Amino acid sequence: MARTDSQQQQHARRGALPRLASGNALAAVDDAHLGMVRELVAHLREHRTQLREEWARRIISADLLAAMTNEEILAECSAVYDNYLATLETGSIEALEAYARDLSERIVPRGVETHEVVGIVLLLRDVLARSLFGKYGNSREVLHRILDAYEPAANRIANTVAVGFVQERERVIRQQQEAIRGLSTPVLPVRERLLILPIIGVIDPHRARQLTQQLLRSIRVNRAKVVVMDLTGVPSVDATVANHLVQTVGAARLVGADVIVTGLSPEIAQTLVTLGVDVGDIATVGDLQGGIEEAERVLGYRVVPNGQGRES
Amino acid sequence: MAKGVNPSSGTTRQPMPASVSIFKQRHYLISRVPAGPSDEDLAGLRDRLVREVGQHRSMGVIVDVTDLDVMDSFSARTLRDLALAIRLRGAETVIVGLQPEVAFSMVQLGLRLEGVQTALDLEEGIAYLDNKRVRQDSGAE
Repeated sequence: MARTDSQQQQHARRGALPRLASGNALAAVDDAHLGMVRELVAHLREHRTQLREEWARRIISADLLAAMTNEEILAECSAVYDNYLATLETGSIEALEAYARDLSERIVPRGVETHEVVGIVLLLRDVLARSLFGKYGNSREVLHRILDAYEPAANRIANTVAVGFVQERERVIRQQQEAIRGLSTPVLPVRERLLILPIIGVIDPHRARQLTQQLLRSIRVNRAKVVVMDLTGVPSVDATVANHLVQTVGAARLVGADVIVTGLSPEIAQTLVTLGVDVGDIATVGDLQGGIEEAERVLGYRVVPNGQGRES
Repeated sequence: MAKGVNPSSGTTRQPMPASVSIFKQRHYLISRVPAGPSDEDLAGLRDRLVREVGQHRSMGVIVDVTDLDVMDSFSARTLRDLALAIRLRGAETVIVGLQPEVAFSMVQLGLRLEGVQTALDLEEGIAYLDNKRVRQDSGAE
């Protein structure tokens, strides 16, 4: 232990590295490890250009980051590489975290996928590991010690970059969900006491909930007695959504409005039957037109042609 | 217009404080449940309505729950029992004024009030009963 220890100290001095920031996590690690990290940083710094280019080359040949030009890839590679080195050297991942956030903000809107980001950080790991094997391959013991220093740091860095990316993506997804919710389903009064609720697109539990609340409020505000809920634009339903719809109908009844469901496609109708959803007390009519006619009947309206309309 | 009915008239078994008032309005009994009723309040209301609907020969009962901001399973069951028992006594019950939030949480809890008529508010409840009476009667009374 002591022997290699002094050896590493020597290496480190020769590398003329800046002092490690005191007080960080690495300060507690024993000198041997510290020495190994310095050795590692010295090596990576020495071969910076070559390793960086090798990495970029492998990214391009693996068709990762297809949304970016080769020049951009090389530029990002340089930046990531330098951040990587700084992180190894200081043991502090704060700067890297900030960089990963910034990078993600730039690449997420360009459609870079999670697997690409994970792929490139793993490639960097591979490239660096290989270069370490190349240099220290002839001495098992030194190689092991170098890898002991390298692996945890490299894993932490890969982790930071990947997590940063995923977090940014999730943030964007949340933002988009908000935007979609803003466009959510309108509740439209078509006659005194009659509302229609045309539902278009996929219903998820969140939307179903929002839809129900909006409908209940509208029933009160418009003093509606009948609601026609049109599902023509709903592609499919599953058990959860079907139950939400049943709940919506039930809640509307509790506040005093009858719901007529229209536009159930053959597929949805079969699904509801197969799922065994209790549709017994839900009034259904084939299409929206029929639904509105039925609603008018319930409300006591009678639409009669006045004989002056255009002949078809 | 609405005439208060003293619910403790006659032979009440326990000297219950009549915390929920019942009004007789022509053919109907109307009661508005106050916010945060106790289980005893609701059970008492149920018993009194089921009894008085016969005493007054009422044709309909309206229970206004506008002031309730929660409906637990006991309340829902009590209201349902009330409505079913009143139907057996030959009258119709309408629960009116359920708040949207309450209705929503009720269906989530599976409290459906099956077989019980509901309406938006007192006015709608009376309209429903009037309508039903006109249809039913058309000759009688």
